[in-house]
Amino acid sequence: MEVARYWRTTKQRYQLVGEKCPQCGRRIFPPRDVCPVCGHEARTAVQFSGKGEVYSYSVVHVAPEGYEKFVPYIVALVRLAEGPLVTAQLTDVDESEVWIGMPVEMVTRVLREDGERGMLIYGYKFRPALPVNNQAPQAAAQPMRTPLPKANGVHPEPVLQAAMP
Amino acid sequence: MRDVSIIGIGQTPVGEHWDKSLRELAYQALLAAMQSAGVERVDALYVGNMLSGELTAQEHLGALIADFAGLRGIEAIKVEAACGSGAAALRVGYMAVASGLCDLVACIGVEKMTDQQGSTVTSALAMAADAEYEALQGLTFVSINALLMRRYMHEYGYRKEDFANFAINAHANAVNNPYAMFRSPITAAQFAEAKPIADPINLLDSSPIADGAACVILAPTSIAREFTDKPVRVRAIAIATDTLAVHDRRDPLYLEGGALSAQKAYAMAGVGPADIDVFELHDAFTIMSALSLEAAGFAPRGQGVRLAMDGEIDLNGRIPITTMGGLKARGHPVGATGMYQIVEVAQQLREEAGLNQVKNAQLGMAQNIGGSGATVVTTILERI
Repeated sequence: MEVARYWRTTKQRYQLVGEKCPQCGRRIFPPRDVCPVCGHEARTAVQFSGKGEVYSYSVVHVAPEGYEKFVPYIVALVRLAEGPLVTAQLTDVDESEVWIGMPVEMVTRVLREDGERGMLIYGYKFRPALPVNNQAPQAAAQPMRTPLPKANGVHPEPVLQAAMP
Repeated sequence: MRDVSIIGIGQTPVGEHWDKSLRELAYQALLAAMQSAGVERVDALYVGNMLSGELTAQEHLGALIADFAGLRGIEAIKVEAACGSGAAALRVGYMAVASGLCDLVACIGVEKMTDQQGSTVTSALAMAADAEYEALQGLTFVSINALLMRRYMHEYGYRKEDFANFAINAHANAVNNPYAMFRSPITAAQFAEAKPIADPINLLDSSPIADGAACVILAPTSIAREFTDKPVRVRAIAIATDTLAVHDRRDPLYLEGGALSAQKAYAMAGVGPADIDVFELHDAFTIMSALSLEAAGFAPRGQGVRLAMDGEIDLNGRIPITTMGGLKARGHPVGATGMYQIVEVAQQLREEAGLNQVKNAQLGMAQNIGGSGATVVTTILERI
């Protein structure tokens, strides 16, 4: 179906690429081309660190089309370290363990699927931030790659480190 | 600019109308309003609707309804602003009459939701949010409101049960409204035990989807009394916008669009919150009631819930809200809701609210919210 629609936003979804306002320095995500603070045109692409904390959260039990097989899933507003709020799912965590203020980090996961034979849409989710001393430095330095599903019906959920140097 | 008044009102019962299509519902409300005004023809028809294309595979509602109602030939268009579509259609009709371009105008809000169910309706409602950065993440409309409610409770220290009176008050008022969907009272115990939908939102925080249509007829105030003994003057109607996505707001717990549209409406009418006798707010979820009360100036930030806890919102309270049941108990046919609010405020000002009549109501206000606050329409009506 609408391949171009998803293809257009891969940088945002896979790498949290937003913008920086050249006038006031504000970091902007999602990208919006005009700085919401000073009104200056903001087209300088900037990659976000993927670090943040939970601003609020809830759980979806009744899902929209394309998300049914994931229920129940946790949704959240995450305050990114660079300032903006982002709407995203939390993953690798139970609802009872989530708290407002919890440190989280971005990972790339399957967001939705368009039916049995349709596309898999990947994008950012956030998981509890791993302790720093457990982090393999070479993993963090790996470039992001789009994981490909091996076959229909098989949906690997790769845990890619989002943090970039 | 000409002064504008409502000269006729009409509505269908809100509910699951398995036997009626969208065009039949719209016609039923239009006919009732035209009979109430004693007119057989209007110059223009503005139809507020959100989801006809998505849920009934029908767009082009202006021509459809004009033709179906025997008004073929007149100007007729659809107006869309998510759940704010109903009052947005009134704003368009108001501009048409105030400008002098039209004399008699019909404004309809109509929605037909029960032809689809489950995930289709959930997906359709999520279209009011940001498709690329909220809906794509799997957010539903109820979960967006849940995010706001949890943060509100966290920042201001409220408990879940503190929101109960919004729902209890709405249901109590719907009992006496023959057009309401849920005409049964609920208790605090029922609220506490209600099924969770998206924590902290439970079933009794939430308004139900439904079918329905409501309609008003507008005319210049100068000739309004030729049609009715009880014209209701449109003192103000103002639309303001905010970011589509909650995450883009300066402060997610402050409805800037709500505050802006209320301030514009107050300025246009030359009144303030203390002058308002009845307030039909957009209680899609209990949290929206609190945020709307704060944005419209009836409570300071973080104190909207306090009005419900203190009984200030009931029919004899300081600011009666949802006097005919609100979205919660009258029902929430999304694109029609804004027009139901207008019809209900008009009922109060025409002294036609029956057992729910607010005594000596002179000025009434409605606040219709599209999405999670991206479009807000505030209307102030006056008994003359």
